[in-house]
Amino acid sequence: MLCATSRLLAARTATALPAQPRGRGPGARCRRRELHFPGHPEVPLGEFLAGRLARSSVSASRRAILRRGRMPPAVGGGPAGSELRPRRGRCGPQVTRAVGPDVAAEPAARSPKRPARGSRRFEAAGRWALLALVTLLSFATRFHRLDEPPHICWDETHFGKMGSYYINRTFFFDVHPPLGKMLIGLAGYLSGYDGTFLFQKPGDKYEHHNYMGMRGFCAFLGSLLVPFAYLTVLELSRSLPAALLSAALLTFDTGCLTLSQYILLDPILMFFIMAAMLSMVKYNSCADRPFSAPWWFWLSLTGINLAGALGVKFVGLFIILQVGWNTISDLWHLFGDLSLSVVTVGKHLTARVLCLIVLPLTLYTATYAVHFMVLNKSGPGDGFFSSAFQARLSGNNLHNASIPEHLAYGSVITVKKLRMAIGYLHSHRHLYPEGIGARQQQVTTYLHKDYNNLWIIKKHNTNADPLDPSFPVEFVRHGDIIRLEHKETSRNLHSHYHEAPLTRKHYQVTGYGINGTGDSNDFWRIEVVNRKFGNRIKVLRSRIRLIHLVTGCVLGSSGKVLPKWGWEQLEVTCTPYLKETLNSIWNVEDHINPKLPNISLDVLHPTFPEILLESHMVMIRGNNGLKPKDNEFTSKPWHWPINYQGLRFSGINDTDFRVYLLGNPVVWWLNLLSIVLYVLLGSIIAIAVQRGAHLPAEVEGLSQVLLQGGGQLLLGWMLHYFPFFLMGRILYFHHYFPAMLFSSMLTGILWDTVLQLCAWSLASPFLARGMYAAGLLSLLLGTAYSFYLFHPLAYGMVGPLAQDPRSPMAGLRWLESWDF
Amino acid sequence: MLGFLERPVVVTADINLNVVALTAVGLLSRLWQLAYPRAVVFDEVYYGQYISFYMKRIFFLDGSGPPFGHMLLALGGYLGGFDGNFLWNRIGAEYSSNVPVWSLRLLPALTGALLVPMAYQILLELGFSHCAATGAALLILIENALITQARLMLLESVLIFFNLLAVLSYLKFANSQKQRPFSLRWWFWLTLTGMACSCAVGVKYVGVFTYLLVLAVAGVHAWHLIGDRTLSHVRVLCHLLARAAALLVVPALMYLLFFYVHLTLVCRSGPHDQIMSSAFQASLEGGLARITQGQPLEVAYGSQVTLKNVFGKPVPCWLHSHQSTYPMIYENGRGSSHQQQVTCYPFKDVNNWWIVKDPGRHPLVVSNPPRPVRHGDIVQLVHGMTTRFLNTHDVAAPLSPHSQEVSCYVDYNISMPSQNLWRLDIVNRESDTEVWKTILSEVRLVHVNTSAVLKLSGAHLPDWGFRQLEVVGEKLSRGYHESMVWNVEEHRYGKSQEQKERELELHSPAQMDVSRNLSFMARFLELQWRMLTVKSDDSEHKYSSSPLDWVTLDTSIAYWLHPRTSAQIHLLGNIVIWASAGLATAVYALLFFWYLLRRRRCIRDLPEGCWLRWVLAGALCAGGWAVNYLPFFLMEKTLFLYHYLPALTFQILLLPVVLQHVADHLCRSPLLRSVFGSLVVAWYSCACHVFNTLRPLTYGDRSLSPGELRALRWKDTWDILIRKY
Repeated sequence: MLCATSRLLAARTATALPAQPRGRGPGARCRRRELHFPGHPEVPLGEFLAGRLARSSVSASRRAILRRGRMPPAVGGGPAGSELRPRRGRCGPQVTRAVGPDVAAEPAARSPKRPARGSRRFEAAGRWALLALVTLLSFATRFHRLDEPPHICWDETHFGKMGSYYINRTFFFDVHPPLGKMLIGLAGYLSGYDGTFLFQKPGDKYEHHNYMGMRGFCAFLGSLLVPFAYLTVLELSRSLPAALLSAALLTFDTGCLTLSQYILLDPILMFFIMAAMLSMVKYNSCADRPFSAPWWFWLSLTGINLAGALGVKFVGLFIILQVGWNTISDLWHLFGDLSLSVVTVGKHLTARVLCLIVLPLTLYTATYAVHFMVLNKSGPGDGFFSSAFQARLSGNNLHNASIPEHLAYGSVITVKKLRMAIGYLHSHRHLYPEGIGARQQQVTTYLHKDYNNLWIIKKHNTNADPLDPSFPVEFVRHGDIIRLEHKETSRNLHSHYHEAPLTRKHYQVTGYGINGTGDSNDFWRIEVVNRKFGNRIKVLRSRIRLIHLVTGCVLGSSGKVLPKWGWEQLEVTCTPYLKETLNSIWNVEDHINPKLPNISLDVLHPTFPEILLESHMVMIRGNNGLKPKDNEFTSKPWHWPINYQGLRFSGINDTDFRVYLLGNPVVWWLNLLSIVLYVLLGSIIAIAVQRGAHLPAEVEGLSQVLLQGGGQLLLGWMLHYFPFFLMGRILYFHHYFPAMLFSSMLTGILWDTVLQLCAWSLASPFLARGMYAAGLLSLLLGTAYSFYLFHPLAYGMVGPLAQDPRSPMAGLRWLESWDF
Repeated sequence: MLGFLERPVVVTADINLNVVALTAVGLLSRLWQLAYPRAVVFDEVYYGQYISFYMKRIFFLDGSGPPFGHMLLALGGYLGGFDGNFLWNRIGAEYSSNVPVWSLRLLPALTGALLVPMAYQILLELGFSHCAATGAALLILIENALITQARLMLLESVLIFFNLLAVLSYLKFANSQKQRPFSLRWWFWLTLTGMACSCAVGVKYVGVFTYLLVLAVAGVHAWHLIGDRTLSHVRVLCHLLARAAALLVVPALMYLLFFYVHLTLVCRSGPHDQIMSSAFQASLEGGLARITQGQPLEVAYGSQVTLKNVFGKPVPCWLHSHQSTYPMIYENGRGSSHQQQVTCYPFKDVNNWWIVKDPGRHPLVVSNPPRPVRHGDIVQLVHGMTTRFLNTHDVAAPLSPHSQEVSCYVDYNISMPSQNLWRLDIVNRESDTEVWKTILSEVRLVHVNTSAVLKLSGAHLPDWGFRQLEVVGEKLSRGYHESMVWNVEEHRYGKSQEQKERELELHSPAQMDVSRNLSFMARFLELQWRMLTVKSDDSEHKYSSSPLDWVTLDTSIAYWLHPRTSAQIHLLGNIVIWASAGLATAVYALLFFWYLLRRRRCIRDLPEGCWLRWVLAGALCAGGWAVNYLPFFLMEKTLFLYHYLPALTFQILLLPVVLQHVADHLCRSPLLRSVFGSLVVAWYSCACHVFNTLRPLTYGDRSLSPGELRALRWKDTWDILIRKY
């Protein structure tokens, strides 16, 4: 709502201002939404306020325009067809010139002094100096005690391990896209880590292994978040204090600090999110010079960062939505600008499609290409993927294997479930226990390779040995009636009208018969999915279904784990529902038939798009499979903004080195308050504007920053937070941190605006200045002091737990749910 | 005084015969042979049992929706004199003579019939012609799926009725806004909008999507109102307040009212009691209330109690112990304390009794006067049958190795001292000195030595634990979870020493009457919460489908098959209407974006009024379709074709909108227009023909031959039942 309003405002301003040929002077560049600090532009409040000095003239001119009332669009005196035109009220300085010297002179006369060229240079220098200071502070905090604790903390056990996998080139499976782990692996490789550390469980000592390269890389990216925030806010608000405040909030947040110091995906993800945000904002500022070099640079950088964000975690999708929304509204404004020809708008559209869709997609796909190229050895992830996929991996038993291609009667086969992590059709010499269906031999699925997974395909009506060389080879075809005999026990795959052990609506599947002689309940029709005619059945590639002839049900596996009597293997059932779900589709993996010629499996290599698709399916299913259990403690999205509960990174007992991921409560609660305040203030301004109230010039400028810049950030916060309420998967506290970045930036803009508004409403200039400075300083010092209080959470602490009154942290346990 | 007599009393009536005729055919199509078949059809088996519960006033819990819909169905039963005695166990079972089938099915049929004139009214209010409006009504009339669904004891047609009513009354309200705001008519339609919305939500939760749509449209209109500078601030404020009251406050109150009536009606204990908390159960007649009647309210030292877990998942259960001990070594090689097992047991049992003991005193009986236990007191819990103390220690629990094992202390293991002191923490206390109350108090038992909390882990123990549920000690600092909270259910003062028996009888304990103690809001909140969190069991169904199948009608549901012939009721849509409605939505979207883009370049194809009408119609009809359809992609429950019907109804309303637009604005020449008109007529007759062909499956009145049935199987995915002779 707010956002829409800000667009509305912007549109109105844009139409109200006359078209202008673009000025090349320094004052004209990217200057917009000027702020005015009431009355006293030249009084230096130290470096903090330096940014404001140079702009008094501009804000004054703006005030002049507003005093004259809005200009009708017809005034637009610019050359027709000029495509380089200011938009969205970013053209304060140009307007000054358009309005004419008489108007500009008036405020100039009122404002005490126009800052000289020297002070402008001074201001730029101050800006850079501040940036350097902020960056330095950020790096200092992030790299301080980076090597401690010298053992595995929390999820380092996963991501460090995956980095090692890249170094060792063994295949693994993870629910996140590969880029983040690849970068970790690369950092480890470059810093001399050899991939030999096992990363078994949190708390294991690193000893002589070099882990600092990987931690240092993550800390490096994590440190860059602060300057990025600083630059983004500066670009959005044009206010140095706001940028400084945002940077301070992030620097002094113990949560961001902790999350940046370890081998995790989050610093990498947040780096790309913030970089995408920054380049988007920068590129927005260049909108008055389309197709210029910086414009292209920032636009394509946005695309690259989007690819990076999505390549690390699927959460990157949210920043893509934000950029997408920004781009659409941007194009919408361009399209509504009648002075631009449709061809030009088309060019704009094409540029964005190229840089924001084609480029990221290419890069994203490229990361997968690298991923599959690097990981070419068999490893722990094989079982999650299809047989055809496994054939690619050296060391896997399917790699370079040669087996007969088409199924024939008499073949010995293993049958694998197409769905991941279900395994092979399996039977063994144990019966179903008393009271669970018929007391016949169990049939299950089993994840590991085993002799009991072998089955022989036989014709349903004869029991003659088909391997007898006197018989000709007869291939199994789609639609044939077959019998599957278990090789080890010579019992037939069998089903009947008894309910399955766990899924009560399905039928039980058993092994039945003696030496291959059973009854008509052993007959199955073999069908290939999406096949109409009696074709042969291919190993690995044909997706087959087995349909029980008598009951008409389909052989499937529910994926439920059998109790102990079933050795905790997975249940196999015959489902009467004939839907083509993955639960009932199988493929043949191993195939032994001496009468058939072997072919190399290399011809079956899946193509790259197939691999890409398959790995995405597996990842999505893996993500959906991460479901919380009823009686467990789980982190709920509503816990996060209130900093309800932290995450233990390391250590439990009072003798351990403890690191606890918890946001700096002062920062987080200030953020929370700011969001509420922002929504209130924003609605009030929006309603006032809608009611047609005339805002004073100063307030108008401030409210533009608030609604536009703040609106972007609020949208970012909402996009990175609210979707978690819809997610069914298990959630953790650290999922909130991308949203927290946005909310901290919003806090910076909001308090700067609020303080300026308060100062503006005060009559005395001296008071106003003092109030502004005092407010800002107290916010900065407050966060710094709270960081001083809470820093042991991030840098680690030893000693009694905080519940213990002897602990130095006892007084800081402000919520009972904090556990450090 | 008598001035009104000076003028004659004149009644002028405008009767729109269109509406009358449409209502009549609507009623005819929905009510014809309503009592046939006299057998349970499909989901009647599901709703019927709730009707029976209402008739017998037995409490039940249905997570599928709020109670208003069930109550409406039950109203039909009440008016028909149904006594609730019918066993709803099987689709196809013949109704016994005491079931008033006609009156039970009447209400859904009436609401289904009224959809026809309402469609007409909506299109009129949207500003389209009588012709288009009549077309919309006629399309609703011959939609087979809507007919099938309306003629049975099902809730979809009631839901659709309230959805359309909400939209219609909002449109009437918005139109009277232009003429006379704050008139009686204005107030009437505004309030009716709110009421219809809450009724829709009250029938099924999915009604909330239409409610949100209406709220969004109202919000946009209100925003324009704020921007209207001809109105004074006060007047704008009045407008906003009136809308907020009618569209937010009234629905909330109505929703509460449904639950109030529901809880008043179902006041006896029944089969679903177990899911609810003890306090709730005790507020029902019979059941737990009978057991707990007259038991003392305040738990005192020496009280004998049973402790029920508040969370109650996976099953409601009571803290339990028995003679058996934990196995010395578990299957995975870990060791245990080899002390007596403590579990959670889902059945009433003598081993569920525990005695609350004061650690400082010896006797296990209640003193005179009883000394009540308060929040923060340290207690010991003694297992009644084995007289062992509830204990926990730093030993990993059998199935949850991160938590502590809870046992009843056995003293032969000298290396482990007993740690049997527990601090009582009353979670829902109002003051810090509150007394532990039976049923009402929810308590946590915090172990004094290790600050672990007694918790139900939810795992089932293996055979050595008799498949009972595991109880563990969990660190207090992990936060609050309902599975850590227990309440006393049964309670009596211990009086094992005979000499004291008399004294205790003389001392009459404070009686409790929980049903009066539990407020309506407490009961409402609990019931609502349980309804939202109750999980339906195994979710596979033969006729379930995915939302993708719906638009193209790739699925169908067999509702009922005649026991002897091939006569059957089958939920199948009129495929011509489905296809053209889908097409119309696509055309609307394309045209809309085309116009929008051209307007942005200041090319106005449509006059302003026409454009606004076109946008509003799209927002309500296409928007209604989208909000009632798209959310199903995010839902994880089992879905059926009938879930699509609310969305379909909105889509059908869009169809004449698009047709009229094409005729008015895209057919430039009169010749083109007449060609288009005749095409529409041909298309409608085609739809009529399909309706007529599918009619035997809709009404189930005529038995078709296998050949005819096979001929009706236009899509491979339609599972039309064919009886083999």
